[in-house]
Amino acid sequence: MSKTYIPSIGLEVHVQLKTQSKMFCACPVAFGEETNSLTCPVCLGLPGALPVLNEGAIRLTLRTGLMLGCSTPPVVKWDRKNYFYPDMPKDYQISQFDLPLCLDGGVPLYDLAYPKDAQKTIARPGKVVPLTRIHLEEDVAKSTHHATFSTIDFNRAGTPLMEIVSEPEIDSAEEAVAYLNSLRQILVYGGVSDADMEKGQMRCDVNISVRPPEQKQLGAKIELKNLNSVSAVRRAIRYEIERQIDCLETGEPLIQSTRRWDDDAGITTQMRTKEDAHDYRYFPDPDLMPVLTETMLEEVRPLVPELPHEKVERFVRDYGVTPYDASVLSSEQVLADYFEKAAAESATPKKVANWILNNLLAVLNEQQLGIADCPVAPEKLRALVELQESGQISNLQAREVFADLFVSPDRDPARIAQAKGFEPADTGAVEAFVDQAIAQNPSQAEEARGGNDKMLNFLTGQVMKLSKGKANPKTVSELLHTRLRG
Amino acid sequence: MDPSTLTISQLRAAYGDGAVTPADAVRSLLAATDARDAELGGYLSLDGETALAAAEAADLSLPLGGVPIAIKDNINVKGQPCGCASKILTGYTAPYDATVIARLRAAGAIPLGRTNMDEFAMGSSCENSAIRPCRNAWDPERVPGGSSGGSATVVAANEAIAALGSDTGGSVRQPAGHSGCVGLKPTYGRVSRFGLVAFASSLDQIGPLTKSVEDSATLLQVLAGTDERDSTCLEAPVPDYRASLRGTAGLQGLRIGLPKEFFGDGLDPRVRGLVELAIKRMKWLGAETVEVSLPHTDYGVATYYIIATAEASSNLARFDGIRYGHRTAQPADLLDLYRRSREEGFGPEVKRRIILGTYVLSSGYYDAYYLRAQKVRTLIRNDFDKAFAHCDVIAGPVTPTPAFRIGDNAADPLALYLADLFTLPANLAGLPGISVPCGLATEGNSKLPVGLQFLAKPLGEPDLFRAAHGWEQSGPWQESLLGQ
Ligand SMILES: [Zn+2]
Repeated sequence: MSKTYIPSIGLEVHVQLKTQSKMFCACPVAFGEETNSLTCPVCLGLPGALPVLNEGAIRLTLRTGLMLGCSTPPVVKWDRKNYFYPDMPKDYQISQFDLPLCLDGGVPLYDLAYPKDAQKTIARPGKVVPLTRIHLEEDVAKSTHHATFSTIDFNRAGTPLMEIVSEPEIDSAEEAVAYLNSLRQILVYGGVSDADMEKGQMRCDVNISVRPPEQKQLGAKIELKNLNSVSAVRRAIRYEIERQIDCLETGEPLIQSTRRWDDDAGITTQMRTKEDAHDYRYFPDPDLMPVLTETMLEEVRPLVPELPHEKVERFVRDYGVTPYDASVLSSEQVLADYFEKAAAESATPKKVANWILNNLLAVLNEQQLGIADCPVAPEKLRALVELQESGQISNLQAREVFADLFVSPDRDPARIAQAKGFEPADTGAVEAFVDQAIAQNPSQAEEARGGNDKMLNFLTGQVMKLSKGKANPKTVSELLHTRLRG
Repeated sequence: MDPSTLTISQLRAAYGDGAVTPADAVRSLLAATDARDAELGGYLSLDGETALAAAEAADLSLPLGGVPIAIKDNINVKGQPCGCASKILTGYTAPYDATVIARLRAAGAIPLGRTNMDEFAMGSSCENSAIRPCRNAWDPERVPGGSSGGSATVVAANEAIAALGSDTGGSVRQPAGHSGCVGLKPTYGRVSRFGLVAFASSLDQIGPLTKSVEDSATLLQVLAGTDERDSTCLEAPVPDYRASLRGTAGLQGLRIGLPKEFFGDGLDPRVRGLVELAIKRMKWLGAETVEVSLPHTDYGVATYYIIATAEASSNLARFDGIRYGHRTAQPADLLDLYRRSREEGFGPEVKRRIILGTYVLSSGYYDAYYLRAQKVRTLIRNDFDKAFAHCDVIAGPVTPTPAFRIGDNAADPLALYLADLFTLPANLAGLPGISVPCGLATEGNSKLPVGLQFLAKPLGEPDLFRAAHGWEQSGPWQESLLGQ
């Protein structure tokens, strides 16, 4: 590469909304049901059927807009996008053309949302990618192509689909990944969608152009399709940037076109150029009345949750955790909630955070469980951390107690510790062990007395040995302290 | 007594007396159909057995108990064909009831037969039926009007007690006018469109064709009202329409607006004479007349044909051979399947309108045609708002001429479009309109019905019924208009 080219990347993300019923009929939204069982005259596009708006979908979209700082026109309307395809029962899609539900706004890129290998080299930390718009439309059916024929399953047809369109202000494949992950995190937070790309709940088209630094105007916009995972998005963008740069270097013209990502081959191939582009003949759908948004917006506003980055700030401020730990804790709403419940009445919330991040998540990971499935209630975890922090049990012992708690979550952590004999009931017994250890190691005791902490630790170890690990190391070291340095 | 000649009110009274049973009524209609419909072509199909079974089970305590109603072929009746008189819907059976059908059934009525129409309601002569020709009951050489021509013919020929039609630009009022029956287009949104196969969604309304104004009110009473399955339905409460017939004042003090644009050149002198005579009679009976102006009337036809075709081009996209209806044999690929299925399935007028509609919505033309037409539509609406500040109803002819001979206008679609100029404005402005017979024009050996149209402000159906009923009751000679 002889000079630095500037890529401009925009993302169009389709998100399936978590509604009970479809966008324009009462059919349930569900997956894996018998083919064409979730259909009615409306979503099959039968003659005479009419659409009726699902207000729930509008509210979820407005909530998304509020989470992303968008504005909403006072009146929004519905338009028909006309084109023929077998997966479109009416041969037009009800969408929104010039008065969408949300305008402007932006998606903040979270550090932890970048690919792991890129988190150390984030070009613009705290970047917010501006949005053009968010609109609502209906999903199409699912076609399956066989050797000599195709079949269509209309169960998905008419599912509410939110399209989030970004400005072409993403600068790299890594930022695109961060955009998708951050967006997903926010959508899940808002209860808007599960936004799982692998399940097709979130789908992404990328448009991308590359220009030399001296050129102001964006290069030819090339759209990439068939991106079925976040990693595919990253690889496709990297490939396409290089391909376009090669074209520019060799003087091959780049024209506005759509290309298909071949995930196995790791290349993009041309699908169609601007000349074969559809004229969608958008016009206002006469079957649907425009929607007045003002009242609805006010009703939706209280339902907007605290966003991940707002939570991070609060965790740092209120609980004294590090920004990094706060980000990890906030990466999932359930995890953040768990932490808050455990930390709420704790004297040492930071320790609670450490315990969750260092121990609890590891155990869950081992068991291949999510935080939502964690059997140990946050209150029990708080009690456990308190036991440890008050010096009654060691970290190692706390982990053992936790293991028991994991199996019998109804038990009380203090009781478990007691039953395990971690807290010697008789301090006299510990004192006896202390005396014994000093007597058996006079030279080490002498050095400890002279200020050698290593030796103090050594003696603590000896007492622990004598107590067969049941004494509390904190108590032991305190006793040794008084005895030797008084 | 031959029940087929009765109005709904008369039939219900006969049921009440025990003089006639619903099965008698169905049988007499089947007999009349057997006798005349081979020639007239009013029905596309008629399932006599199902109708008779429904008649046997009829609940006479319901408002329309045991009353058979013929249904236009673009309104879904569960289990019956719904073909819109088009080849593209060959073999299609409706899997659900339109809201109006559900309401008729709930009121005890019996859906009877599928009436002929212009294909997809595109036309005003019924000559565009792709299934069979339909003829005027008064003179079989002539068109019955359209697009609800079959509904008008079966009512006029006593093959039905009443019928449902749909009116997008006059498709109920105009055939009613040509066939000597009463045709009502309700206010846009007054009657649910759910289950009516859409031609132009922002203009379509279902309306009844009946033998009397009273029957029209009786049917609207059952059909009207909001529907959660049609977002364009109005939420306004449904008044007691029959009460507006019984109003003690009659025509006394009714202000009739006469737009000069409805009485210009090009109006057949016989039509002009009969309409003006009717208005004169109404004045004798206590009505007042005021001159009003609808200055944008001339733009109605152009506006209508842009909006209606634009919407139709999108509404008719779904007839693609993929899921139902006609599919071409041995398609080479998907595009070939679409192309040939639609080429074979649609008739010439439907194709003409789809192409026109596609054109006016095309990128680069949208602003010049569709958007501008919507603006003119607003102007036309404003004209009516101003006019109705001075009158209760507007009166005028339904069409410039009586029914023409079959084939006479076949070569000139534009002439046919222009003949809709009096009926289109009500659809563009969303107003209710009614056409009632006002006399017969003599043409050769034929006597041809001429219609009188009343328009009212949105939800002004009671005013329409008051005017139309007052006129209808004004002379015993009206009787002679019925029973052809
Ligand atoms: Zn459905």
